[in-house]
Amino acid sequence: MRKPSIWSILLASVPFFGMCFSVALWDRLEPHVLGLPFNLFWIVAWNAFTPAVLLVIYRIERHR
Amino acid sequence: MNPGTTALSVMFAIVALGSGIGFLAAKRRQLNLEEWAVAGRGLGVVLVWILLAGETFTAFSVLGISGWIYSKGGPTLYILGYLTLGQVLCFFIGPPIWEYGRRHGIQTLGDFFGKRYGSDLIAAIVALAGVVFLIVYLQLQITSLGIIVGVASFEAVGRTPAMLAATVVVAGFVLVSGVRGVVWVSALKDFLLVAVAVVVGIWIPYIHFGGIGAMFAAVEHARPGHLTMPGSTPNYGHSWYVSTILVNSLMFTWPHFFGAIFTAKSGETIRKNAIMMPFYILPLALIVFAGCAAILVAPGLKNGDLALLSAVRETFPPWVLGVIGGAGALTAMVPAAIHILTAATLVAKNVYRPLFAPAMSDDNIGRVARVAVVVITAVALYLSVHSSTTLVGLLILAYSGVGQFAPGIVLGIYSRRVTSAGILSGLLAGLALTGYLVFTHRDPVGGINAGLVGLSANVVIVAAVTYLFPRPCTGSLPVQEEPQGAL
Repeated sequence: MRKPSIWSILLASVPFFGMCFSVALWDRLEPHVLGLPFNLFWIVAWNAFTPAVLLVIYRIERHR
Repeated sequence: MNPGTTALSVMFAIVALGSGIGFLAAKRRQLNLEEWAVAGRGLGVVLVWILLAGETFTAFSVLGISGWIYSKGGPTLYILGYLTLGQVLCFFIGPPIWEYGRRHGIQTLGDFFGKRYGSDLIAAIVALAGVVFLIVYLQLQITSLGIIVGVASFEAVGRTPAMLAATVVVAGFVLVSGVRGVVWVSALKDFLLVAVAVVVGIWIPYIHFGGIGAMFAAVEHARPGHLTMPGSTPNYGHSWYVSTILVNSLMFTWPHFFGAIFTAKSGETIRKNAIMMPFYILPLALIVFAGCAAILVAPGLKNGDLALLSAVRETFPPWVLGVIGGAGALTAMVPAAIHILTAATLVAKNVYRPLFAPAMSDDNIGRVARVAVVVITAVALYLSVHSSTTLVGLLILAYSGVGQFAPGIVLGIYSRRVTSAGILSGLLAGLALTGYLVFTHRDPVGGINAGLVGLSANVVIVAAVTYLFPRPCTGSLPVQEEPQGAL
């Protein structure tokens, strides 16, 4: 099977940094955003943003 | 009508509608093993989405998420993290698995291991371990269903009869309609569940606190430290969060998730599905709101799993409770159906056939699988009625355990050198180490998820055995690099 491009893998690691490895940086209550504690807002925002990242990877892989 | 009867009638109507759909879904289709287990590899993006969403958004996850935020607090966020990251992994690994499956006519996780490593033994071990993990998961869905029906009917229906009735119905539509029936029940359940999430996640905070912001402010004031990690737990801190997400995001290793990949029409379907799936995870955040409100609305519950339904009962009229109970019951029945179907196919194809009837045709294996449906359902029901605390340990082991299949799958797709001896020894070591750590209550190990510890040992052993004892592959390798211009 053809392996994915290095750019795709780098891009795919972005949500892992955003939602997983960086937890110590954003696991706090302040500042509240839209009434949500900051950690909850952060993870919800990344859930909404990840499809955009995947869409870019989808484009890259399709053109190879 | 008294409140219990009202709620119960609404709930019964919804479950009856869902079951009716399940029984009628495969009408006019010839139900051979291929159609029964993987819907003839013919589902498009929307139906695969509904199926995978049905597998992901389970009654246990709904009760579990609200229960965790109620009793444990901040660590709950890991659930909102791993589900989406699991989709990122599936975006890459899904299409090659699908392609390999189409080429070799694979229907189960055991089939994959058997074909790729040329060994019925590996296939049978993977299948057996997979069935054990699936039965544990199934038992939890049935138990959740008992809780939902019990609370929603104001205890008018006992847990045991509720579990019994619903599980018999589930086994029934699995037998009649196969995976296609599950998909259509799931469509109804997804629609209801998103509606329920919006209603409980927004309405409960508004009625009791005047808003979501006010609700969080009140909870933070009443329970300082609860909403960040480690929350109200002694050892679920940041290293636990990271390691648990890494293990759980390998969810393509769950036999039912792996099997669902083959229902898709094409590898492209899997990619598109992975892009859209995170949107379905957003309603889970609303369930977090509701569970959080329950901290102050229904304080002092011993069992956190009751938090969401207790808050709902404090807030809404009985008929709404009935709708939520009905949606909740379907939310248990859909994954239960998938677990039963997957486990039955694994038993029939990867354990029974190689051991007792190597020459048996797929049609006859289909019949054996139907018998296995009945046996597996009975075992899970028995465990649900006589559930004990060891089962909680089994669940942790199940989540960490399926992760041990990952090296065999990923290297099977991307590496030509890996040997079956390497994969088998790594798998057994990973399962044994994880099992030891979980059952001797050492999980998390120094703040690290036991599954990740087992997986590290697993990978090291796979690499060591492969390099020390290189051997030509006896199974079927995936096709390498297509010729230039073929795509």
